[in-house]
Amino acid sequence: MGLKRSDRREFLKRGVTLAGGVTLGAAAKSASGQLEGPKAFIQGTDALVGYGKRSSYVTSVRIPHGGRASPDAFGLDFHIAAPLQDSVGVITPSSLHYMGTTRGSFVPDIDPAKHRLMIHGMVDNPLVFTMEELKRLPSVTRMHFIECAGNRANRRHRTVQETHGMTSCAEWTGVLLSTLLKEAGVQDGGDWIVAEGVEEVLGASSIHMAKAMDDCIVCYGMNGEAVRPQQGFPLRLLVPGFEGILNVKWLRRIKVVDQFYMTYNDYGHLRQDSDDAALGMQIGPKSVITYPSGGQQLPGRGFYEVSGLAWSGGGAVSKVEVSTNGGRSWVDAQIRGTAHPMAHTRFTFNWEWDGQECELQSRCTDVLGSVQPSRAQAIEYWTQRGQPARVKGQDNSIQPWRVESDGSVHNAIS
Amino acid sequence: MRFPRLLLPLLLMLGISVQAQSPTYGLGRIPSAEEIRAWDISISPTGEELPAGSGSVGEGSQLYLEKACAACHGTTGTGGPAPRLVKRDVGPDAGPWALGRVLPIRAPYATAVWDFINRGMPLYQEGTLTADEVYALTAYLLFLNDVVEEGTVLDAQSLPKVEMPNRDTWAPLPEWWRPGMSRLPSYPY
Repeated sequence: MGLKRSDRREFLKRGVTLAGGVTLGAAAKSASGQLEGPKAFIQGTDALVGYGKRSSYVTSVRIPHGGRASPDAFGLDFHIAAPLQDSVGVITPSSLHYMGTTRGSFVPDIDPAKHRLMIHGMVDNPLVFTMEELKRLPSVTRMHFIECAGNRANRRHRTVQETHGMTSCAEWTGVLLSTLLKEAGVQDGGDWIVAEGVEEVLGASSIHMAKAMDDCIVCYGMNGEAVRPQQGFPLRLLVPGFEGILNVKWLRRIKVVDQFYMTYNDYGHLRQDSDDAALGMQIGPKSVITYPSGGQQLPGRGFYEVSGLAWSGGGAVSKVEVSTNGGRSWVDAQIRGTAHPMAHTRFTFNWEWDGQECELQSRCTDVLGSVQPSRAQAIEYWTQRGQPARVKGQDNSIQPWRVESDGSVHNAIS
Repeated sequence: MRFPRLLLPLLLMLGISVQAQSPTYGLGRIPSAEEIRAWDISISPTGEELPAGSGSVGEGSQLYLEKACAACHGTTGTGGPAPRLVKRDVGPDAGPWALGRVLPIRAPYATAVWDFINRGMPLYQEGTLTADEVYALTAYLLFLNDVVEEGTVLDAQSLPKVEMPNRDTWAPLPEWWRPGMSRLPSYPY
């Protein structure tokens, strides 16, 4: 960490004093009066010149999520959660982006020169594109989060990586799906698409045409470079703000069809009532405090910048509030940078901790005016309508963190 | 763009021709019918993509052992490390949703069972089953779940006609649904 401005001013003042001839005691300074420099260097190699890597002191890693190993007994990767507790800003580094698959998947090793995208079905002009041809088409670059439907916190979770790690945000680059569909010419009655990947199970999802023509992106770029293999190299469908399972990886085929196809991924998305079906598409307003969060330790009373992430499948985040008293009162947090539609948005809150036990919460409002509910509010809504006591659809309920007087932070879901 | 359903007849009445759209960028090529057929594996509820071939419950019961399905899913369709394939015993009055998240009983259409086996099984050897074998395994799993009789033979015509118990008890997206709206009109969250 660099010196803060106030520390630096203090140091400069003392420097002047030293120059004025005051003798120096046994301070941690070198003979020349400078602060000690690093003792070790990272050996330059051709590999590091070619593609850099992070400091060996930075050890933040993803972990298997949901109680199933990744890779599992069959060698399949299943669900892998991002270390949100260490996140800064809004971009999830590609190497730390969460990963989810339907039944578990082997990551295919695809030669992009041989990869093709076919668009067919109820279209006037069926088309096959090479990667080179796709990159010649008009492109967009947008920030979007992807969140797994399994990102559902419970009281057994300890850290924010366990409660919320199945969401991530990246800058995605590619061709709007609407550009490709217009090029193919969608016929009347083509109300759905089936998007299909080329991994060993050829995972496929049905997506409503209204969404397909709205803002879906056929992506070849992620965070300034090619999409990573775990994220669908060389081609991934982005379905902004919708459940992760629809964001088909290793994309090779779009078929325009007349109905919901009940295909591979759709079966896992099957719902019993239409409210659930509607709630199972777009993700509601959601947020979580990443610092301080479960498992972290505050060194003592005093100033802290509380920091967290907010997002919504309904559009941009318009407001984030923070409570330090378990939701009894709320104060507006600051939005850091631009709140992009369907993207993680960083919020901060200046907090003076008095050393007493307290409960931190955050609450997100999106541009649609939808507000993130407490778990109790969401459950009350459904139980009043004779429904089971659970948060329907993607769980977007408020995450409480309890800070104890010893500075330890704990998941406060009861 | 598509024409709204009511607009199209109106345009035709006015004698305005609706022509096929031509591409703007001229990139990509037209795939051959064979190329489309080879990749066209997502099976609609009406079964229009189903290939020729057939398979019986009896053949499926043999294949279930020969293709090592039993090694992961258990010899009776349960008890192995992979997901169970036979419904839970919850009494005769239970509705289809109570029978468990078991593909060959919860799937609203038998085509979904065929589709899943065809693209996803067997593990490590996906795509190696013939159409006949997939029909046979589908028939056997539906028999295990009391959906079809022991003598059943399935093919492209009969498979979509199989009546799954969950056929009319799942919820499609509501008609009013559109992206970018509040998720439910009355739901403030």
